Amino acid sequence: MMEIGLNHYLVLSTILFAIGLVGIMRRKNLLLLFFATEILLNAVNIAFAAISHYYGDLTGQMFAFFVIAIAASELAVGLGLLIVWYKRHGNIDLDTMTSMRG
Amino acid sequence: MFEAVAFYLFAFLTIAMFYITVTTSQALYALTALAAGMIFISAFFFILGADFLGAVQIIVYTGAVMALYAFGMMFFDTTREVKEKQGNKFIVVGLATLAAVMVVAIFVAPIVSTNMTAFYPMVEGAGNTQEVGLVLFTKYLIPFEVAAVMLLVAMVAGIVLAGKKMDLSLTLMSAEQAKDIDDKDKKVLS
Repeated sequence: MMEIGLNHYLVLSTILFAIGLVGIMRRKNLLLLFFATEILLNAVNIAFAAISHYYGDLTGQMFAFFVIAIAASELAVGLGLLIVWYKRHGNIDLDTMTSMRG
Repeated sequence: MFEAVAFYLFAFLTIAMFYITVTTSQALYALTALAAGMIFISAFFFILGADFLGAVQIIVYTGAVMALYAFGMMFFDTTREVKEKQGNKFIVVGLATLAAVMVVAIFVAPIVSTNMTAFYPMVEGAGNTQEVGLVLFTKYLIPFEVAAVMLLVAMVAGIVLAGKKMDLSLTLMSAEQAKDIDDKDKKVLS
């Protein structure tokens, strides 16, 4: 049977990252944009963990931990802002956020 | 053999779940599919021997992040269908794939070009959690503390932003009172 190497994980990470980017480009709803962002962060985490494993170095795992911490704090602030926006305007569509039109 | 079967199974499941998250028009389906995908991703961490990272993934993502999303969705109207941008699908998919390949190339380039040596090699005879603790509390102590402060700031920001008027019950007061507060809000905010 095939041996699973670093390349397998990198290819998987690429696929997941592409899925997340497609989500970011086609979503209008900001909540679902956040979901796509989480997918991106997770795809990168897989790459970090795989490189860490195949090179016997713990730095990759450390970076994955910090990515998780950043994802959690980004989500807390972003969701708070989103709730404020929804209370003011009644929707969270990107197209309606044109108050800074130049 | 076992590793290969597990890898392909979880790769398929993760891709399927994230595909649902990105394409579905129901926000609740997207939320549940994303939670499932997060759990499946932790399986990769366990396969790779990063046990602590896998446990953190389950606890933080499916425990905290998904719960926060679920609470957040209670504020929004999630039952209606989500509208999407009408764009050229081929351009979107092409650009996404190109960008993803470039990101992986950035990752791989230093590995291929030089003989990468381990800065903090795995300690023999220590479990993954022990190794992580050894590195995290020696080499990465300052980033660790900064991350802790950042999480505290994020918590305060979340409370300040989302917790306005939580002492007032919008369901128990009369309709006029609620409307008054709403109008005052709009005047202040707009």
